[in-house]
Amino acid sequence: MNKNIERLYNGLWKENPTFVLMLGMCPTLAVTTSAINGIGMGLSTTVVLVLSNMMISALRNIIPDRVRMPAFIVVVASFVTIVQFLMQGFTPSLYASLGIYIPLIVVNCIILGRAESYASKNPVIPSMFDGIGMGLGFTVGLTLIGVVREILGNGSAFGVNIPALNDYHITLFGLAPGAFIVLGFLVAIMNVVRRKMEAAGKPLPAVQGCLSGDCSSCGLSSSCTGKSLVHNTPEEIPVDPKDVAKPQPETKIEVKHTANAKNTEDVEKSGSDSSYADDDIVGKEEDK
Amino acid sequence: MSDLLKVSSSPHVRAKDDTSRIMLYVILALMPTTVFGIFNFGYRALLLVLVCIFTCVISEWLFEKAVGKKSTIGDLSAAVTGLLLALNLPFTLPVWQAVLGSIFAIVVVKMLFGGLGQNFMNPALGGRAFLVISFAATMTHFEYDGVAGATPLALLKSGEAVNTLDMLIGRTGGTIGETSAICILIGAIILILLGVIDLIIPGVYIVSFAIFVCVFGGHGFDTSYLVAHLCGGGLMLGAFFMATDYVTSPITPAGKVIFGICLGVLTGIFRIFGNSAEGVSFAIIFSNLLVPLIEKVTVPRAFGVVRERKPKEVKADE
Repeated sequence: MNKNIERLYNGLWKENPTFVLMLGMCPTLAVTTSAINGIGMGLSTTVVLVLSNMMISALRNIIPDRVRMPAFIVVVASFVTIVQFLMQGFTPSLYASLGIYIPLIVVNCIILGRAESYASKNPVIPSMFDGIGMGLGFTVGLTLIGVVREILGNGSAFGVNIPALNDYHITLFGLAPGAFIVLGFLVAIMNVVRRKMEAAGKPLPAVQGCLSGDCSSCGLSSSCTGKSLVHNTPEEIPVDPKDVAKPQPETKIEVKHTANAKNTEDVEKSGSDSSYADDDIVGKEEDK
Repeated sequence: MSDLLKVSSSPHVRAKDDTSRIMLYVILALMPTTVFGIFNFGYRALLLVLVCIFTCVISEWLFEKAVGKKSTIGDLSAAVTGLLLALNLPFTLPVWQAVLGSIFAIVVVKMLFGGLGQNFMNPALGGRAFLVISFAATMTHFEYDGVAGATPLALLKSGEAVNTLDMLIGRTGGTIGETSAICILIGAIILILLGVIDLIIPGVYIVSFAIFVCVFGGHGFDTSYLVAHLCGGGLMLGAFFMATDYVTSPITPAGKVIFGICLGVLTGIFRIFGNSAEGVSFAIIFSNLLVPLIEKVTVPRAFGVVRERKPKEVKADE
């Protein structure tokens, strides 16, 4: 059970998908014009994430390695369709304001990333908690961005008008540039807090994830989860991705949680033979 | 005696120009425009100028204090940013919006990217763009002589006649610093005589814009229409004071020409085919973003180097 709580902590804070892993940037930037939109998007993603993690974890010994991506997509797409119809039926206004971003949950980095790096290698119950933790972390991230943008851009919070701000709307924060600016400032604040915690003697383990933030290429290729690009020490500035991709010895010492360490190794194993092209070449050579 | 025998590595001859001196020249050259703007629009213009300069300098100082860097407000670049931003605002703008714009210009556009020399776009124009997008109503509300009205450019766009003599002198509505073409030209001549800017970027900008207006403006070579376009809006102010910003303009000779053409064509497209009557600030910001690419493809050949397999060499440098 302790492991499950660790998964929740991991998703909410240590590897928060929005502020640390920088996954799922398209919905993060596009739908967070208000706090309600952020919560709606976050919770619907959470539901899909939990269900798909459980399903994929249950099927992990049946799905052949070579077709795991299409299999994951089919599982995720089924749940997204269910969630989409439920939202259309019961929350039509939220459905209308989220628009295309609900079906796009299918290719959300976070969902495919967790399926690939955690659910396909771990039992059902920890996978479920991993999904809950990551989903809630995503929800918290989106809601925070949404609240800040709504207060600054629209003078309201959670749809409630703030009378003091009636004459002080800054329209920019309701638009795309405002999303980038708010996200940047929140990540900076988060990094300051993490650094302070580290200085106070609570070193945080190294972080995995991709830095590209490009959902379309990220979600469809398996390369998303195979790299460990972010390392949370202030002295190290990643210059060359190739250098940083290699896990450094001190990184491994810092990793406290056994589940996470196992995770790292598994990810690297899968990263080495993940490409379909490589598999084909290997197969041909074996045939000869 | 000791000076003569001093042993040091090169350079041995140093120019007097440093950042603060050049910035001082720019402030000096902006003085005719500023004084005319204050005279033209009254005390509120003076208030906005002072507020913008004060906010820019203070926010740069506070930011550097907060992140533990050495203070750079002595180089006067923050003061120039504040002055330029104020000259780009209508004098009726509420003070709190001017303060927000100044903070945005310094903190987000300049300091977060590393301070002077690292900013990828002109901070004053970044601040202006922030204000135009955020407060469209107050940023496009122009008054002159107590009467709210359209700027000459807006009149021109809707097909009405404008008084080009008034536009030359500056007796029209508009932002604080953009109305008087003559005052801006006086400032520009000061800058050119002092050697702070050269004529390539503003010259190519204005000429290419004039050609664009002649070809696509729908009036052919109509002198009064052309003069109205050249003197109206922020074209003069932008061409001489903001497009020539050292940090955000190319340093290669061919790059300067390409940069100027970019500016002229973009301004023409925004003014003639766009929704808004004015487009200088966005044209300059957009061209600022292209500067690294322009510089990359226009690296001059070093003396004595024979050009061979040129496409590969450029890529190998990256």
